[in-house]
Amino acid sequence: MSEMQDYKSRLSDPSTRKFGTFSYLPAMTPERIRKQVEFIVKRGWAPALEHTEPSHLMDDYWYMWKLPLFGETNVDRVLAEAEACHKANPNNHVRLVGYDKLKQTQGATMVVFRGKTV
Amino acid sequence: MRNTSGSYSAGVKDYRHTYWEPNYPVKETDLLACFKITPQEGVPREEAAAAVAAESSTGTWTTVWTDLLTDLDHYKGRAYRIEDVPGDPSCFYAFIAYPIDLFEEGSVVNVLTSLAGNVFGFKAIRALRLEDVRFPLAYVMTCGGPPHGIAVERDIMNKYGRPLLGCTIKPKLGLSAKNYGRAVYECLRGGLDFTKDDENVNSQPFMRWRQRFDFVAEAVKKAEAETGERKGHYLNVTAPTPEEMYKRAEHAKELDMPIIMHDFLTGGFCAHTGLANWCRNNGILLHVHRALHAVLDRDRHHGIHFRVLAKCLRLSGGDHLHSGTVVGKLEGDREATLGWIDLMRERFIPENRARGIFFDQDFGFMPGLFPVASGGIHVWHIPALVAIFGDDSVMQFGGGTLGHPWGNAAGACANRVALEACVEARNQGRSVEKEGKAILLAAAKNSPELKAAMETWKEIKFEFDTVDKLDMAHA
Repeated sequence: MSEMQDYKSRLSDPSTRKFGTFSYLPAMTPERIRKQVEFIVKRGWAPALEHTEPSHLMDDYWYMWKLPLFGETNVDRVLAEAEACHKANPNNHVRLVGYDKLKQTQGATMVVFRGKTV
Repeated sequence: MRNTSGSYSAGVKDYRHTYWEPNYPVKETDLLACFKITPQEGVPREEAAAAVAAESSTGTWTTVWTDLLTDLDHYKGRAYRIEDVPGDPSCFYAFIAYPIDLFEEGSVVNVLTSLAGNVFGFKAIRALRLEDVRFPLAYVMTCGGPPHGIAVERDIMNKYGRPLLGCTIKPKLGLSAKNYGRAVYECLRGGLDFTKDDENVNSQPFMRWRQRFDFVAEAVKKAEAETGERKGHYLNVTAPTPEEMYKRAEHAKELDMPIIMHDFLTGGFCAHTGLANWCRNNGILLHVHRALHAVLDRDRHHGIHFRVLAKCLRLSGGDHLHSGTVVGKLEGDREATLGWIDLMRERFIPENRARGIFFDQDFGFMPGLFPVASGGIHVWHIPALVAIFGDDSVMQFGGGTLGHPWGNAAGACANRVALEACVEARNQGRSVEKEGKAILLAAAKNSPELKAAMETWKEIKFEFDTVDKLDMAHA
């Protein structure tokens, strides 16, 4: 049995903040992001990107990157937009969303680029 | 009862002359019920079925003159079909249709008072079970339903694309309010979305409700600030009187808490429906516990099936309802469980005997609610739970968080890591149930908390057979 460890999470340490689904797993790799985009597209959901300064991550509304990519099924084009959003906002969290219009909710939401915590 | 001439003649008449109508064309607006009847010896099936139809609607044991002052042909319930129960010759299914205006609008209380009232003590039958009820859409529309429903709860809590995670604080009874709040805080900072009062935590001398609410509120707010995620604790407002219940709910609202809880069966449908309306009016989510349910639903020949209780609760109102886990320590057959979680979540649920669903049920646009899988679950169960329940569910741990060798925060973190790993793998098209072990082992490489959890619980299994099985020829 492993030796007992302290749980490292501090109000004073912004790097311990989480940001929703998959934030307890290691940061996304390009390969893992691609698979999640494939999943969203295959379900018929509209992929979308949004970003925020890490200090405002609890807000309901992040900055929308352009408009959701309605009808886009080309995974590479979605990945290119995610990359472009990240390049333009290198210090921000960038979130990939899959809008499910039938259930009127977000079928999938995950941070694909982690910002610089301050 | 009337005779052909329309004049009055006193006396006792067989029920089947009036209440057995095998050629009755069922109306779209009829409320339909399926009863499993175990008759007394020598009572013919048609007579027993007609007796149940009579006793749950207009009839009494003898003819009365006032029968002739109303249109009994309209108001009576009718037994219209009889079926064998597969594999059990001691009983049979009786299908009964009731006109919609036998029931007060928006009143689950009134429906159950008729369908599950005096008739259950009726001498002509040895045992009686209400297996299913088809609520016509016209009746559904008169009920309030879930205060918010799944999609709105996701928006309020800002959680998408995965099941939600909760933990019920233990020991169930005896903690002081401050120590209790500590246990809550540790779970929430570790990565759970919710913690929960156990059902019998109300307001006892060792911990009065007000102090519990106050300390828990600090725990919730601090965990939110620390993790950057929204958190909630199901504050149990179940109380001895409705007045006291509302007082507690109001205090939860003053503390800006997102969710409260209530026991719908011990509290009663009258109090519960009122509270659901209060929650809708005040923007507070409602978690629903089901203490008493097994008393009503576990016996295969007598009582009310859980699928009926689940439908009633959806109409009465709730955003979460305990459903059983299939895999944990409490009773629950897989197909039957899938049947009633559909009844909680879907808009239209077609008849499906393989899942114990006897009727098409149309809920129209009434929101669905989250089924809560609770009872003896831990990290090793998560792959199966993701496969069985999908995203729109709450996995409610207890010992599976609190029993972690490093404490609640580590236990919560292990739960969250395991869940996210399974959801990611599922999205990648992998079979999480089959590959569960490999998925968890890989995730544990980056999470010492998960690794320790997997070492602690590896051997725990619950493999008792279920008592309440679906009726199958080979069961």
